[in-house]
Amino acid sequence: MSTLSDPPKQSFRLSMLIYDTRYRSATIQVVAMIGFLILVGWVISNTVQNLTDLGKEPSFSFLSEPAGYDINQRLLDYDNQDSHMRAALIGLLNTLLVAFLGCITATVLGVIIGVLRLSSNWLVARLMTVYVEMFRNVPVLLWIVFIMAIMIETLPAPSAFRGDNSDAAMHVMDSVALTNRGVYVPEPLFHNSLGNVSVFGDAAVRFDISLDLIAFLIVLGGSLFVSTKIRQWADAKQESTGLRPTIWHIRAAVVLLPSVLLLLVLGFHLGYPELKGFNFQGGTHMRNSLIALWLALSLYTAAFIAEIVRSGILAISQGQTEAAAALGLRPKRIMNLVILPQALRVIIPPLISNYLNLTKNSSLAIAVGYMDLTGTLMGITMNQTGRELETVMLGMLVYLTISLLISSFMNWYNNRVKLVER
Amino acid sequence: MSDISFVRTEMLPQKDPPASAVGVVGWMRANLFSGWFNSILTLVALYFVIQLLMGLFHWAWVPTWSAASLPECRDIFEQLGRTGHNAGACWGVIAERWPQLLFGFYPNGTEEGTVDQRWRPILAFVLLAVALAPILYSDRVSGKLIYFSGAYPFIMPWLLWGGTIWTPVAVALGFVVGFVVYKWLLKSTSELIALIVGVVSAVLWWMFAASLLSSGLASIMPLALEPVQSRAFGGFMLSITIGVVAIGLSLPIGIVLALGRQSDLLIVKTLCVCFIEFIRGVPLITLLFVASTLLNIFMPPGTNFDIIMRVFIMVTLFASAYMAEVIRGGLAALPTGQYEGADSLGLNYWQAQRLIIMPQALKISIPGIVSTFIGVFKDTTLVSVIGLFDPLNLTNAIRADADWNGLVWELYGFIAFLFFVFCFGMSRYSMYLERKLQTGHR
Repeated sequence: MSTLSDPPKQSFRLSMLIYDTRYRSATIQVVAMIGFLILVGWVISNTVQNLTDLGKEPSFSFLSEPAGYDINQRLLDYDNQDSHMRAALIGLLNTLLVAFLGCITATVLGVIIGVLRLSSNWLVARLMTVYVEMFRNVPVLLWIVFIMAIMIETLPAPSAFRGDNSDAAMHVMDSVALTNRGVYVPEPLFHNSLGNVSVFGDAAVRFDISLDLIAFLIVLGGSLFVSTKIRQWADAKQESTGLRPTIWHIRAAVVLLPSVLLLLVLGFHLGYPELKGFNFQGGTHMRNSLIALWLALSLYTAAFIAEIVRSGILAISQGQTEAAAALGLRPKRIMNLVILPQALRVIIPPLISNYLNLTKNSSLAIAVGYMDLTGTLMGITMNQTGRELETVMLGMLVYLTISLLISSFMNWYNNRVKLVER
Repeated sequence: MSDISFVRTEMLPQKDPPASAVGVVGWMRANLFSGWFNSILTLVALYFVIQLLMGLFHWAWVPTWSAASLPECRDIFEQLGRTGHNAGACWGVIAERWPQLLFGFYPNGTEEGTVDQRWRPILAFVLLAVALAPILYSDRVSGKLIYFSGAYPFIMPWLLWGGTIWTPVAVALGFVVGFVVYKWLLKSTSELIALIVGVVSAVLWWMFAASLLSSGLASIMPLALEPVQSRAFGGFMLSITIGVVAIGLSLPIGIVLALGRQSDLLIVKTLCVCFIEFIRGVPLITLLFVASTLLNIFMPPGTNFDIIMRVFIMVTLFASAYMAEVIRGGLAALPTGQYEGADSLGLNYWQAQRLIIMPQALKISIPGIVSTFIGVFKDTTLVSVIGLFDPLNLTNAIRADADWNGLVWELYGFIAFLFFVFCFGMSRYSMYLERKLQTGHR
């Protein structure tokens, strides 16, 4: 067998970097890395050069300077002598507020519409299809400005509420006023309030905590805990004796009584909005911009959620329902124990990514003048200080953080409910 | 013996179903009034629909198409005996301004010494349909048309922006140069080297030879259209242009990013993941702020390219990240057997991608790709925030005219209608394409 030759020598030759698949991947990566670093270096050096030419060395000191502008819709106290940092925080809270409200209404609407689209009622199903197609195929920005226009053009001015025979009337037992300046709703007030506690003193992130709210939450949490314990006791009883004691009235009392008692002690009452002078006083004022943005984002996202809910329900095969029925389960329990757990696995991941889209779309607030993060930090603050680089980067960072938090939650949920195969 | 005194020997003729179960009545009983709850639902929905349609009809059916201003509309309403703030639609604004809503401020020949140039965007979009035909209806048109599709990316900018024809020709020649170098080197050296040298030679061509060639040819044979400034772009023309550019460029970039994200090369993968997650994590509006304020800071001192170009770049990057995720979904949905099958045939990475993986993965991703297209097209309205005259921003410009000050619903309604037509058409097309490419995995 002299034809057998020696195995090729394993010594490294330069050409193997390109021809040998073992080394080629390393070569490609190094080339990519070098290219990327060159690109980044080029951009950074350009930026430094340009900023030096403009005389604007990057610095974040502008954040502690007085902002000098007012924000009319806010959750925390703020005046125009507060810093840009404080203004950005107010904006961020406004973003989160509209995102939170929008997600809740969009989910409720979307589930109703998605279920109705599957209705056996021909007319209702078609109507919901029209709704979904109408909202999905028109830009959300158009819906936002459209609903803003509806609010401004069709709702009465506050002056229309004046007098005994006024042109406009308040709704819900004279407690809610829909005007073209916004919506006024009653606010919760306390006669014997426990007061507020200020946190962080004078810092930009300072805020007040209402002790009334804290007390209420503690009492409610405690009674819910007791209620859960009662249910567990009933479960144990059922398992040992086979008979379930009637507990719903005890649980309702445990949950409701302490809270109602606390509200009575604190002297809870509602502060109604009243027309004084040219405008409404008292109550909580939700501006047009907030309402328009909230409504438009909810209606738009609801169309997408409806499709998700519909496809989630359709994804569960008919066999599942039939098998559950064959086991002798009742329709309500089939829904709760068989269909919903499986449908939710399909529905929730795209649902959360729609929440994410809604949060990102809330940045369109700038079109109707709602002061969210884009309106404060990347709007007025940027124009006043001329710090484009810092403000835009900071704003992007905040949005990115929100997005990554939401998507990491989604990944955690996906992993938890994933079907474990083999 | 038997009690049976009578046995029928022939079949009875079938009876008709009861009258309440067939025809219109039967259909209504089954679909509209099948129980008290459904009946209430139907009646409420019917009431709602009729109210809405009647209100809309009352508002929209008015002879105001020839009115030249809002006061004229109000006169017409008064003659009709209608009063109030929203007595009816004032369609005169659409009749007068629809060319502006479609073309923005593109030269229309009304100014002294200018010619009507609007045939150019129209021709560009007609040619777009021709260029898309071999891709969209591959079974009905000649395959030769694909060469025209290849040339279209150079024809469109020339038609829209004008200037000498030799600039797009010189740019196109860069691709030819790169390709020729690649093919030529492929005979003697490895694919990677050929690719790198090909790209480098194309870049060198664009940096040094292209401008010389185009200016030289232009002086010999001046073949030019009248140049149009970017700021004259507006209306649906602007939306469609941004949409087409972003969609056209984002598909190849998205494929590359998706492959990068799926690849085994750690650094390449990390770079792709960071890019995709960053772009998807921030709202488009912040990227448009980058386009309007920061992009010029990132470029070498002195460069100042115009705002539309910067918007193109940012919207394209935005669309690419979403496209990459859609295509990654398609790649992940392919069974591993397909990859292994391609390997066992001895195909290398790019051959396998081109012949086996991509055709299937792209087919799976069609619904996602089309909905990304629709999303990008809808998102082009956001450029109004940074001051470009897209249809939404044009409504402000139209309202600034004293004749039309105070009009809201007609303009928004018209724009919404056009967007609906475009987007709805695209989604129906994707359904058709899905059915056509369905190869029966059932």
